[in-house]
Amino acid sequence: MNKRLLFITILVLTLSLITGCSQGGADNSSDEIRVGLNYELSGDNATYGQGLVEGIELAFEEINSSGGILGKQIKAIKIDNQSKDTEATNVSTRLATRENVVVLLGPATSGNTKAAIPPAMQNKIPLISGSATADDVTVDANGNVKEYVFKTCFNDSFQGVMMAQFAFYDLNLRNAAILADSSSDYAQGLSKAFQETFKELGGNILAVEAYQARDTDFKAVLTNLKGLNPEFLFVPGYYEEVGLIIRQARELGLNVPILGGDGYESPKLVEIAGKEALNDIYYSSHYSSQDDSENVVKFKESFKAKYNKEPDAFNALGYDMAYLFADALERAGEADTEKLKKALEATEGFEGVTGVLTIDEKHNPVKSVTILKIENGESVFLKKLDPQ
Amino acid sequence: MEQAIQQLINGISLGSIYALIALGYTMVYGIINLINFAHGDIYMVGAYIGFALTTFFNLGFFPSLLISMALTSLIGVVIEKVAYKPLRKSTRITALITAISVSLFLQYTMMYFTGPQTRTFPMVLENRSLSFLNGSVVMDIKNIYILMITLMLMAALQFIVRKTRMGKAMRATSFDMEAAQLMGINVDKVISFTFAIGSALAGAAGVLVGIYYNTINPLMGSLPGLKAFVAAVLGGIGLIPGAVLGGFSLGMIETIVSANGGSIFKDAVAFLILIVVLLLRPNGLLGKTTKEKV
Repeated sequence: MNKRLLFITILVLTLSLITGCSQGGADNSSDEIRVGLNYELSGDNATYGQGLVEGIELAFEEINSSGGILGKQIKAIKIDNQSKDTEATNVSTRLATRENVVVLLGPATSGNTKAAIPPAMQNKIPLISGSATADDVTVDANGNVKEYVFKTCFNDSFQGVMMAQFAFYDLNLRNAAILADSSSDYAQGLSKAFQETFKELGGNILAVEAYQARDTDFKAVLTNLKGLNPEFLFVPGYYEEVGLIIRQARELGLNVPILGGDGYESPKLVEIAGKEALNDIYYSSHYSSQDDSENVVKFKESFKAKYNKEPDAFNALGYDMAYLFADALERAGEADTEKLKKALEATEGFEGVTGVLTIDEKHNPVKSVTILKIENGESVFLKKLDPQ
Repeated sequence: MEQAIQQLINGISLGSIYALIALGYTMVYGIINLINFAHGDIYMVGAYIGFALTTFFNLGFFPSLLISMALTSLIGVVIEKVAYKPLRKSTRITALITAISVSLFLQYTMMYFTGPQTRTFPMVLENRSLSFLNGSVVMDIKNIYILMITLMLMAALQFIVRKTRMGKAMRATSFDMEAAQLMGINVDKVISFTFAIGSALAGAAGVLVGIYYNTINPLMGSLPGLKAFVAAVLGGIGLIPGAVLGGFSLGMIETIVSANGGSIFKDAVAFLILIVVLLLRPNGLLGKTTKEKV
């Protein structure tokens, strides 16, 4: 008797699941466009997730108040993935199968984004990440492009390429020494791309030295590099060690320019290195609030009006991603996932606040990077650099 | 040439930090034959106390250093009473495992209260450096502080152990705990005193290193703690001048390895040295071969 009851219960549950699924898929007839937001709203990476969501929500508000996309209003379904990759997969599945969304935005970090991809691929719904910078987000281990995955921020290795071009053409320097964090994929990616590009351009790499995260004493290596008389140092890594490296380099009288990537972007860098040491430092980033081009100024004003604070890079990346989605959907002509995917692939010359953006065949953006210079501990916007 | 001199200075600077931590290690081992793995974490606690005093109470360098030493010595005594004293009669492996758990306890308690992120020390010592040979060789003024304080503490310790009544009691306890007790020496008091001094040294090292490198975090003690242990073994564990010699040697070796392109392997080399010393000269550079006590 009990077994029979159990069987019936399972049957009923299964049926309800099947009917639940059959309701899935984008519903074109509704008068709103449903967008899934899968973000780190709590947990370790909450600041990134919240920053992106603030940018996205501002963009959606602006789009909706000016009539929406294709005459329909955007409705964001925002779910917290708690900064956990398992939860990112769950949220992605729920959004893809139950919430009728036309696109999935997020998560913020590369690891969580990778975890959110399988449900998007299975359900053939485009997923866009605005901040997952790892090189292998949009392509799998065999180099095949993941059909429904797009990125609006540049790759880690792309920063290395751009900094090599910047050093060669803008600073006119030829002899580099590299000191890279050997324990992070990010720094290794930058270092490899920098070396390849810089050599191709005709520059010399005098030495490639390495350190490990949480090292504190770099004087021996720096003394060694100083003896080689490099024209500049390329130091990809995170601000904790980079701060100490910069300080110790300056203490040893190694006063050449130091170049790096967006790992430098933290107020802690100034605290660790000290103001006096932070001169002649150049780093690449996604965005600078000091950029005075027209669309950045407009973005800053509307962001300030809504949130009463200066926007940071994550706010800007979220804002751009939301507008890129709106732009692609407009071009697609209707709220259909296949057409949206094709439109995203065809994106060319999209003007965002983080740069002009074209999606390449690997679903990564080709866009300009922002170069900042640090003088006396102050980060100053230097220029936007376009890929050549 | 200038580069070689600069590397020599780098090596001595790094070595003086290891020496300072190794002093406390070697002292505790010398008296009760316990490798106090929590030593590196007391050093971390010392750095955080120094950070709190300079940042929130705006104290200067010397008051912070002294208060931090006083508080860490108190913590050292409490740890001894709570964790090690009940185990004094049990096997050495039990005490060793307890020491490791105390170490983890300190790390993660600190992480619970302060968070795992790196904190930066305020500038309490002037940022000045001496340069020689037309500026091609540079020495930071903070290095000189650390070097001087290390040498002074070593001399003070040597004086306490060799010339005072307490020192005599310590040596007697180290030689034979039961016999010392029969002679009317209060062994508990001697051991507490040893922990107090050893931990105060760790606290001093924590503040100095915090100021020197400007950054502290709850796990900062584990690797320098192990390196200081290597330094103590290298010089001859239980010997005060041995700890200093071992510290300087280790600093020099690491610098030489880094200077020759092996900066990723410098930690591996440090531990390789530990293995080689234990195989070839288990009593360390300054140790004499003694017969096992019966």
